[in-house]
Formats: sequence, C-alpha cells, structure tokens
Amino acid sequence: MITVTINKKNYDLDIDPETPLLWVLRDVIGLVGTKYGCGVAQCGACVVHLNGEAVRSCVTKISRAAGQKVVTIEGLSEKNDHPLQKAWMEVDVVQCGYCQAGQIMAAAVLLRENKNPTDDDIDKALEGNICRCGTYLRIKKAIHLAAAMQRKNVKG
Amino acid sequence: MTKFVLTIAVLVSITGLLASGFRKNTVPVAINNIDSTASVAAFMEVYKVLMSPRCMNCHPAGDIPLQGDDNHLHTMSPIRGKDGKGVYAMKCSNCHQPTNSPGLNAPPGNPKWALPPADMKMVFEGRSPRELALQIMDYKRNGHKNKAQLIEHARDTLVKAGWNMGEGRKPPPLSYTEFVVAWDEWINKGGIAPAN
Repeated sequence: MITVTINKKNYDLDIDPETPLLWVLRDVIGLVGTKYGCGVAQCGACVVHLNGEAVRSCVTKISRAAGQKVVTIEGLSEKNDHPLQKAWMEVDVVQCGYCQAGQIMAAAVLLRENKNPTDDDIDKALEGNICRCGTYLRIKKAIHLAAAMQRKNVKG
Repeated sequence: MTKFVLTIAVLVSITGLLASGFRKNTVPVAINNIDSTASVAAFMEVYKVLMSPRCMNCHPAGDIPLQGDDNHLHTMSPIRGKDGKGVYAMKCSNCHQPTNSPGLNAPPGNPKWALPPADMKMVFEGRSPRELALQIMDYKRNGHKNKAQLIEHARDTLVKAGWNMGEGRKPPPLSYTEFVVAWDEWINKGGIAPAN
C-alpha cells in the first residue's frame, strides 16, 4: 500500500510501485488535467509538483511519491486564481492547450523562486516545456504579467 | 656505483613529486610508493574513462551538460545552477530519477544526479591528460579531496553508475573493476601527471 497526498487529500493506493505517477493521477485518481506527451521526460506536458519541485510525472514512479506531497494543475489554487492562471486567461495564451498544464506548473516553480524573472530566467526555467502551437511569446508575456500580479499582491 | 644509483633514484623521485603537483595545496602521497612510470601508465587508462561520454558529459566546459555518445549539448539546455543541480523547473532530479527510467535513451537515474557546483566545476571536457591529472591532484580544484577521499571517490555510487546508464548508452572503455584498479594505482604510485 502506498500513501500519497495529492492536492491536500490523502490516498492509499494498492498499486505496483513502478507505476508512473502520471498514470496514477489520470487513470486511478481521475485527475486528467496533467497530460501525457512523450513518456520519456522530453516535452514537459506532464509536469506536476512533488514537494514543490516540477517533476515529470511520466517518469516519476509512484514509489518516489510515497509519503510525499503532490500538487497537480487542479490543486495549484483553490479557485483557479493563481496569478499564472489569471494571467493565462488575460493574455489568452492557449491555442490547443495540451501543453499548458505543464507550462503553468513549471512557471509556478519559477515564480516561487524568482519574483521578478527576466526573459532569460523564463527561458532557463521553461526550456524543457515544448509547445507545438508555438505560443511561447504569449507564455512569456503571461509569466511577466503573473509576476507583476504576484508582486502587487504581496505589496497590497 | 651504489651512490650513483641512489642519486638517480632521488632525482627521479623529486622530478616525480614536482610533476604530481606535490606542492602546497595538493594531495599528499606517500613518498616511498612513487613509481612515476607505473603511475602515468595507470593514469592514461583512467583518462580514457574520464573522457568517455559517461563521465565527461557531466563535467562539461560550459554550464550545460553534454548528452549522448557524441557529447552533444543536452537537449532542452538545462543550466548548471549554483549547486550543480539545475535551476527553477529545470532541476536535474525533475527528470533524472533515483534509478534509470526504462526505455531506449530514457533518462538515466541516480539519487545524486548533478553537475559539479558552479564554484568548483571540475571540467573534464577539453583537458589534456596532463591538465586533467594535475587538476584532479589539486586540492583547490578537485572538490577539496585529499588522497583518501580521491581513492574513495572511485567507489562513489554516482561514479559507479557510469557503468549502468540505461539502454542506448555505451559504457566507458574499461570495466568498472579495471578503472578502480587503474585509479588506485595512479594515485598510490604518486598521482603523477603525464608530460602532455
């Protein structure tokens, strides 16, 4: 039995410890916001937070998450009001949207560690998240906007 | 005649000591074990391993690791970061798990996966045998390792993982056991740097 906290809820899972976290989230728990892209940690579509770090859930075995805290796109905020989610809507970043959960979860780690990222910081943080629609410029714009919102919230 | 042999032996030892970088801030070795010929020969075996992709890819000249048997820059350009473990959402352990991921060329894994830190880069890429040997024997440039710690380093689980890097990756040119024997021989016989 493996116990994992996912989006603040505890789950006791009777499951093969080698199972990728992605399939636990999608097929066992039913959290399908996290997407399968490449399956070999090359595209970033499956990024979730494991103890706050942006792991690729397609190659992260559920055994690594045992007793740990996982946050998915569904748990990033209480009311879908994380600055990144608000900025994403305002900038209208999404085209097909398939990669966006991974992009936002990766960007959330960046904004936690760097309150005022430059374009270069964003490149360094999200280099591993591929968008086949090529929405990179809007992603970058939204991250800057979210950073500004976050700074304003802290000041306010 | 005996005097002559003794003089030559002393001279050879002194030359060996100087070549080993056996000076201030370098790794001390026992003088009576020095055998410069054997030491250099052993290092040339060690060098083949250190310059193989399995070792050199994580000891790059720049701040992006190398990848593959052709030492290309790591796709998605992960950055070394201050501690060598990456930055932001691009930390090594986000993809590199505690064990190898299954599948051809899937990310190899180890709990210690990282580059050397930014303040001690321990670059292998581009180093000649002499440069690399002197660097490894230099306490200020080898991660502050003394002789015992250098010997121990060959037994490190991350070093050993170089021989188990998952599907699609060529192992180093020596077996792990051969490498350790050559490593120990090089250091125990003086840690001598080759002439070039």
